[in-house]
Amino acid sequence: MDLSAISPTLLLASLMVAATPIILAATGELIVEKSGVLNLGVEGMMIVGAICGFAIAVESGSPTLGFIAAATGGALLSLIFGFLTQVLLSNQVATGLALTLFGLGLSSMLGQSYVGIRPPATEKLDIPFLSDIPFIGPILFNQDIIVYVTLALVIGTWAVLKFTRAGLILRAVGENHDAAHALGYKVVRVRLMAIAFGGACAGLGGAYLSLVRVPQWTEGMTAGAGWIALAIVVFGAWRPFRVLLGAYLFGGVTVLQLNLQAAGVAIPVEYLSMSPYLITIAVLVIMSSGKAKAALSAPGCLGRIFHASS
Amino acid sequence: MSVLLNLKGLTKAYPGVVANDDVSMVIKSGEVHALLGENGAGKSTLVKMIYGLVKPDSGTMEFSGAAFAPAEPRAARAAGVAMVFQHFSLFDALDVAENIALGMENPPKMRDLAQKITEVSNAYGLPLDPSRLIGDLSAGERQRVEIIRCLLQNPKLLIMDEPTSVLTPQEVDILFKTLEKLRSEGTSILYISHKLEEIRRLCDTATILRLGKNVGTCNPRIETARAMAEMMVGEVLHVPERKPHAQTDVALELRSLSIPSPSAFGTSLKDISFNVHRGEVLGIGGVAGNGQDELTGALSGELKSPAGQMMFAGKDVGNLGPNARRQIGLLAAPEERLGHAAAPDMSLTENAVLTGTVRKSLAQNGFVNWGAARDFAQEVIDGFDVRTPGTHTVARALSGGNLQKYVIGREILQKPEVMVVNQPTWGVDAAAAAAIRQALLDLAAEGAAIIVISQDLDELMEISDRFAALNEGRLSPPVPAAGLTVDQIGLMMGGAHDLEPMHE
Repeated sequence: MDLSAISPTLLLASLMVAATPIILAATGELIVEKSGVLNLGVEGMMIVGAICGFAIAVESGSPTLGFIAAATGGALLSLIFGFLTQVLLSNQVATGLALTLFGLGLSSMLGQSYVGIRPPATEKLDIPFLSDIPFIGPILFNQDIIVYVTLALVIGTWAVLKFTRAGLILRAVGENHDAAHALGYKVVRVRLMAIAFGGACAGLGGAYLSLVRVPQWTEGMTAGAGWIALAIVVFGAWRPFRVLLGAYLFGGVTVLQLNLQAAGVAIPVEYLSMSPYLITIAVLVIMSSGKAKAALSAPGCLGRIFHASS
Repeated sequence: MSVLLNLKGLTKAYPGVVANDDVSMVIKSGEVHALLGENGAGKSTLVKMIYGLVKPDSGTMEFSGAAFAPAEPRAARAAGVAMVFQHFSLFDALDVAENIALGMENPPKMRDLAQKITEVSNAYGLPLDPSRLIGDLSAGERQRVEIIRCLLQNPKLLIMDEPTSVLTPQEVDILFKTLEKLRSEGTSILYISHKLEEIRRLCDTATILRLGKNVGTCNPRIETARAMAEMMVGEVLHVPERKPHAQTDVALELRSLSIPSPSAFGTSLKDISFNVHRGEVLGIGGVAGNGQDELTGALSGELKSPAGQMMFAGKDVGNLGPNARRQIGLLAAPEERLGHAAAPDMSLTENAVLTGTVRKSLAQNGFVNWGAARDFAQEVIDGFDVRTPGTHTVARALSGGNLQKYVIGREILQKPEVMVVNQPTWGVDAAAAAAIRQALLDLAAEGAAIIVISQDLDELMEISDRFAALNEGRLSPPVPAAGLTVDQIGLMMGGAHDLEPMHE
């Protein structure tokens, strides 16, 4: 066992990479849930994004096209959910679960001929000067562009929800859809847009796994990342920066336990592998427990079916 | 006065019911126009058409002399129509300024808006703090948010749907002063209500709807309340009569009952004491959200009370659940008919089993005796004139008044020792309401103790022997109901919640 082989710099740099797919999926789901819709299909949209992005990147040789295809694929899949729940008024929980199962199956069918191939590399954005700063440089300024896009997305989501009229309408629709309808807002349209956004984000997150993090295609490669994203949204009390924190925590413990495995720590591998899930949930539960405010932050109409009566 | 809004032959039909049938009416500039009618008479549908939420099947509207057919509320607002809803269109988790911004077409920046809210609300004697969360406001304050939201858009026509149903008498006075100021500034107000005395006080003209048809226009200042009531109902009203009866020993006693509310925006019960005798009707008034639901829950057994605070016939019953309380004769009918008092998608027979099993022995060894259950349901239907095809009908299919008669009748036929009802006639037409009140009085005459929790003060004055009011979870000491004045009642209900009347 040699713990000194674990480099803090590398650990933190790979933490950012490990957390990115979760942040993407969770931010998307946060917007969806803020609009009052509970989409349990995150895992399915992620893995469909993963294979769409992987296939297009391999065929075209361009990771950028791959990411665009992933976002499109995720959004299209989520719109199936949107059509079923918002237009046909089906149950959101059951439909979301079905979406996950459907996504897992669809992705393994689409991915049959892509097993064992390496995708074109996504280049790192080597920012001159800044990336030469010791310790901070490699962590913050020597990542691929998606990492920065993701951070911008979190900040953007926070700002839109807090400061803009669009964000206010989104929150209003999620808080009380009957009142929003009475004031003349298009509840179903707002929700469909939120659902599509959530699907696109989940798709991007999936493609980041298959194109950057792993990088290759294997069946079921999301391995519960979508479920963790869902949990992080709830325990992060629907706040973008808490979600970011939760995702970094999860990414950090994941990377750490992998390093510990490699260093040969005398803890059974099974316990190390489950540790990111356990620790993330435990920390977020403790953070959000014991306060009536946590219940308050849940969108008032989360998961409820909207039927315009008049 | 010039004509502001002219409705010609508006008709709107829903499957199975014609909500508005060829309704024509005229609203002049600067008048307060009352729209009167019972529940289901089509008042809401009519104003929804004016506000662009519903499209008429036929008929036309003219607003300020031009054709007016708003496709959505936005268009109506742009033309100068504003509406205060009966069930507030507010968002609990957002603050006052955000709620107001949502109801405006082109809201200014949040900081400017907050300042404007403070200005306008003070100018109209309705002070508001723009940064407070709606969930923390009282019903009267919430209504102020809605009114200010409308006023910020300088409407030509303000529609108010049952605005006083959630206010104390003092708050009603403040509201009327505001409305009179608006009228003097030339704003027209369409005022929907079924409270006739209010309409006689405030309104210049009244249009009366019955079963979707305009049955007449009158001057409410000249007409008597009784004449207007009979135009609304279309028949002569039956007033419940009280038979003289003896009040004997104490049936239920609460001693300083204190229970925290189970919900985040609820009201905790604080130090509630009263007793109710056999043969007595105790009326409990108060504005919605002052602990009515919690008190009903505590009495029915949905909320457990601490030891020694609830005594039934000398025994502590605070720790018993609803079925154990039914066993000893403490029965309750909660406010929400669909979903609380009755399961909406279950048949009347099944709903009879849900509360009647214990006292009517509808189950043996875990098996339901469906024959007996059907007989019991039929007994309720016959005894309380519930209009329904039969015991197999699902609860949801009944009209509000019929379902209310059913859920009240179901409890009364179980021969309670103590009966608790919350809002027994809410949303029920006048004839059914009179029948329900009569049934409660008859039950008291047979020696049961009755606790009526209601927001309808006229109802409480009509049937109560003693009256008490809930205010922020506390109960005023019960006093004899006979001879109470409106002012005294208002003060018991907490006055105007520390509001000052408008400064001229």
